[in-house]
This record gives sequence, C-alpha cells and structure tokens, in this order.
Amino acid sequence: MPTALLGALPALPLHEAGKYVAAAYVVAFAVVLIYVAIMAVRLSHIQRELGELSRRERAAAGRQPDSTGESQLP
Amino acid sequence: MRRTVAALLRKELLIELRSWQSVPGMSLFALTTFVVFHFALNRSSVDGDLAAGILWVTLLFAAILGVNRLFVADAEEGGFDGFLLAPVDRGALLLAKALALLLYLVLLELVAVPAFALLLLGPTLAGTLPSLVGVLALGDLGVAVIGTLVAALAVRTRARDLLGPLLALPLFVPIVIAGARASSPLLAPRGGDPAARWLATLGLYDLLFGLIAYALFDFLLED
Amino acid sequence: MHSSSPSSPAVGSGLRALSIAAAAVMAVALGLVFFYAPLDADQGFLQKIFYLHVPLAIVALCGFVAGGLMAIMYLRTREARWDMRSYVAIHMSLIFAVATLITGSIWARGSWGRWWAWNEPTLVSFLIAFLLYATYQPLRFAIEDPERQARYASVFAITAAAFVPMNFIAVRLSTAYLHPRVLGSTSNLPPRMAFTFVISLLAVALLYATLCSCELAAKRARAQLRTLRRLADARAGAGADAGGQSRRTRSETPPMPAAGTLAAPAPRGGL
Repeated sequence: MPTALLGALPALPLHEAGKYVAAAYVVAFAVVLIYVAIMAVRLSHIQRELGELSRRERAAAGRQPDSTGESQLP
Repeated sequence: MRRTVAALLRKELLIELRSWQSVPGMSLFALTTFVVFHFALNRSSVDGDLAAGILWVTLLFAAILGVNRLFVADAEEGGFDGFLLAPVDRGALLLAKALALLLYLVLLELVAVPAFALLLLGPTLAGTLPSLVGVLALGDLGVAVIGTLVAALAVRTRARDLLGPLLALPLFVPIVIAGARASSPLLAPRGGDPAARWLATLGLYDLLFGLIAYALFDFLLED
Repeated sequence: MHSSSPSSPAVGSGLRALSIAAAAVMAVALGLVFFYAPLDADQGFLQKIFYLHVPLAIVALCGFVAGGLMAIMYLRTREARWDMRSYVAIHMSLIFAVATLITGSIWARGSWGRWWAWNEPTLVSFLIAFLLYATYQPLRFAIEDPERQARYASVFAITAAAFVPMNFIAVRLSTAYLHPRVLGSTSNLPPRMAFTFVISLLAVALLYATLCSCELAAKRARAQLRTLRRLADARAGAGADAGGQSRRTRSETPPMPAAGTLAAPAPRGGL
C-alpha cells in the first residue's frame, strides 16, 4: 500500500479532516486541563484546611505553654 | 455441600410457592411487554432478527424483576445472619439462589415462549423448538449466575432497586448478543440452525462467570 | 506507584519525575504524529486521530484490568492502599474511556459521516464497558460502612475486569459478519506509523500514570489531614475536660469512597 506522501510537511489541510483531528486532540487536551483544574481546587481546599488546623494548634499551644509541647504539625 | 444446597433450595422454592413473589410477576411482565411491542412496533407478526430481539429483551427485563427480589427477603429478615452462623460452605447459598433463579427463568419461559409464538411470532416453532430450548437454556444459565452475583452485590446497598438493573444489564449484553444471534435463524421463516460460535460464546461466558461468581461470593457474605 | 510513608510529602520526587517524563513524551509524540508519520493513503489527514484514539482505548482497557488486579490484592491483603489504588485506576480509566468514545465518535463522523458506528467493535464494547463502570461510583456511595464498601467494590472490580475481554470478543464476533470495519485496524502498519503509534501509546500511558499518582497523592493528603483534624479535636476535647478521659471521636464518613480505610497511617497511642 503506497504511502507515498511523506508527512514531512504537516500541511494544514483545507478540507474538513483538519477540523475533526483538531477537535479530537482538543477534547483530549481539555480533559487533562479540566483534571488539572479539579486538582487545583482540591489543593486549595487542602491548603485552607491545613492553615486552619495550624492556626488552631498554635493557639492551643500558646494557651498551654506546658502542654505536651511537640506539635504534630511538620 | 449438596445437602446444604438442597436444603436451601427447598427453602427458596417453598417461600416462592407460598408467596408467589417472583414467577407470576415475571410472566405477567413478559406478556404485557409483548403487547407493548406490538403497539410500539406497529407489527402483528415478526420473524428472524426482530423476533429474536423482542424475545430476548423481554426475557431479560423480566429476569431483572426476579433478580431484584432474589435476596430481598434474606436482607430484610436476617436470613444472612442465620446462614452465616451455620457451619456450612458459603458457596452453597450462591448455588441454591442461582438454581432457584434458573428455575424461575425456566418457568417464565414456559409461559413467555408460547405466548410469544401465539401473539407475535410469524413462523411456526414446530421444527426449531428443541434448538430454541437449548439456546434459551444456555442463556438462562448465564443470566442466573450473573443475576445472583449482582443481586447479592446490590441488596445491601441504599439504592438496591436501581443498582441491580444498572449493574446487571451491561453484564447481560454478551448473553443477549450470543443468544439473539443464535435464535435468529431459529425464528426465521425458513428455519435454520444456530451458528456454533454463538453457542460456544454462551457456554464460555457461563463457565467464566460461574467460576468468578463462585470465587467472589464468599467476600460478599463476610458480615 | 508505591505508597509513601506517612511522613513523606504527598507530592514526592516520584510524581515530579513522572509528570516531567509524561510531558516530554507527549510533546515528542505530538511532534511525531504531525511531522513524522506519513499520511494514510485511505483516510488522509483524518487518520491522525488514530494515534490518539487507540492509545486511549488501550490504556483505559489496561487500567480497568489493573483495577481488577488491585482489587484482588485488596481482598487478599485487606490493606486499604490497594483499595485506594483500585478506585483511582478505575476512576481514571473511566475518564479515559469517555475520551475514547468521544474521539472515536469524532473519527466516525469524519470518515463515515455518522456520529456513531455500530460496526466498530472497539467503540461499541467501550460503550458497554463505560455503562458498566459508570455504576462503580454509585455502588460505592450507596454503601456506608467503609470496609464493606471496599469489599463490595473489589468484587465488582474483579467481575467487571473479567467482563471486559469477554465483552470485546462477543461484540467483535457480532460485527464480523455485517460490514467491514470502518475505522481501520492496527495491524500491518508501515514502520514510521508503527513507531509513532508506540510513542503515542507510551505518552498516553505516562499521562495515565501521572494523573493516577496525582489523584493518589491528593487522597493521601486528604487522609492525613483528616487524621490531623481528628487528633486536634481530640486534643481540644482533652484540654476542655481538664484532664478527664477524652473520647477519641471517629470522624464521620465524608462523602468520599473508602474514606475510613484511608486512616491507616494514623499514629497510634493516646494523647
């Protein structure tokens, strides 16, 4: 089967195929981006909760200076 | 083991005989579905692929009714606990329930297939009935095994009526594929023979999922 | 994907290296697809979707099977991390399966004019697998007890993983008669196409691994956070009781799967 046309030139074809190929790759890209966005939101939640916890612990440690002392936080 | 299965099976059938929960409902559902198909398709007589499709779809949805009810009594009235306390092989419950479901399916087909021949089927079943029975039997085995596994999986969840069919239907698809393709020549005007590959597929599927269900069933009953 | 000890950071050097590798290979693969691979004689430029669609399908399939294998490991060892990995593998494979369906549909539309092709066994069996695995999360959410949730989910994962190949065979058999396959097969590829395909497959596989590791890291961080909160609450309770016995409260099960079982890394001992 002759595949004579070398793909060396990534011709942007003027016929319809280009739109479909682009659509398919855009879909894949969008899925990854959406996932990254979801991860970013989760990360912000985690950071917020961590901040809240560390504030509470510092406040508690501040109130009881002779308590167990070692904070569980890194 | 055999005695345990026999005892459990007797209990199942006794309950069914006394309360008639599954089989009448399934049969009635099948009959009504045939009527619905007549109006939905606007056809008085079907054959070949269409007939096979209608028959299998109807049987499958009626089977799901039976699957939904399979473990409900045990879950609601503590039957699981009683069983777990007994010093028996837990696979026996799987076998007994699957056999019961198989029996319900056979009874269902005793009603549904003649009704189908009467109401909707064009060609006569006279010559091809034994082959059809064989194909249905192979399909029933698969439906019984998968139905029991799915029923056990779904019964102790919150949305059991919904999850059961949702889990079961995709798992039934290969059975429908092979069963309908195998039945289609049997229901054609000039009767033919089912292709061996579909029978082989059904048999392989039944065997594979029979083994899997048997291996996994214990894990569903641990508590 | 190896589990990190409780004290190591959730995003370790492993994930960093993995994501860099994935990005690099993806860039290379894209370059190969559009600058190196020859144009297909039959389908022309449209065939380029092949380098995206088929690797997505293969990786999703392997992911489903991997989820089943990890479920087996969970049932054998009862370690929560196997259940977590099984969940993440299946969840990610489901997303990749949806991407497979969408790219396959686009391909069908481009080459056949219709948005769906019943005679393409890969597409059809992926639709069925998608319909099955879409019930995985509802199943998990419908069971409250974490241990039972993990157990039932594992049974489901193993059953479904066995189902996927059988389903593919059955669907393939049913389409063999009807029409020749529209979207082309992967055999008999010329060398340049084959090489591009392999690199694309590697790229998608690395992407899958990266996303799964990311998800696992997030879950572990969440679990550690929950443990911390529980300890902090208990400590606050102990302080308030002025030395009295403080009840270690069990955290309520958040609406996340296998939530309770993720508390395994909690340090033992009282406060």
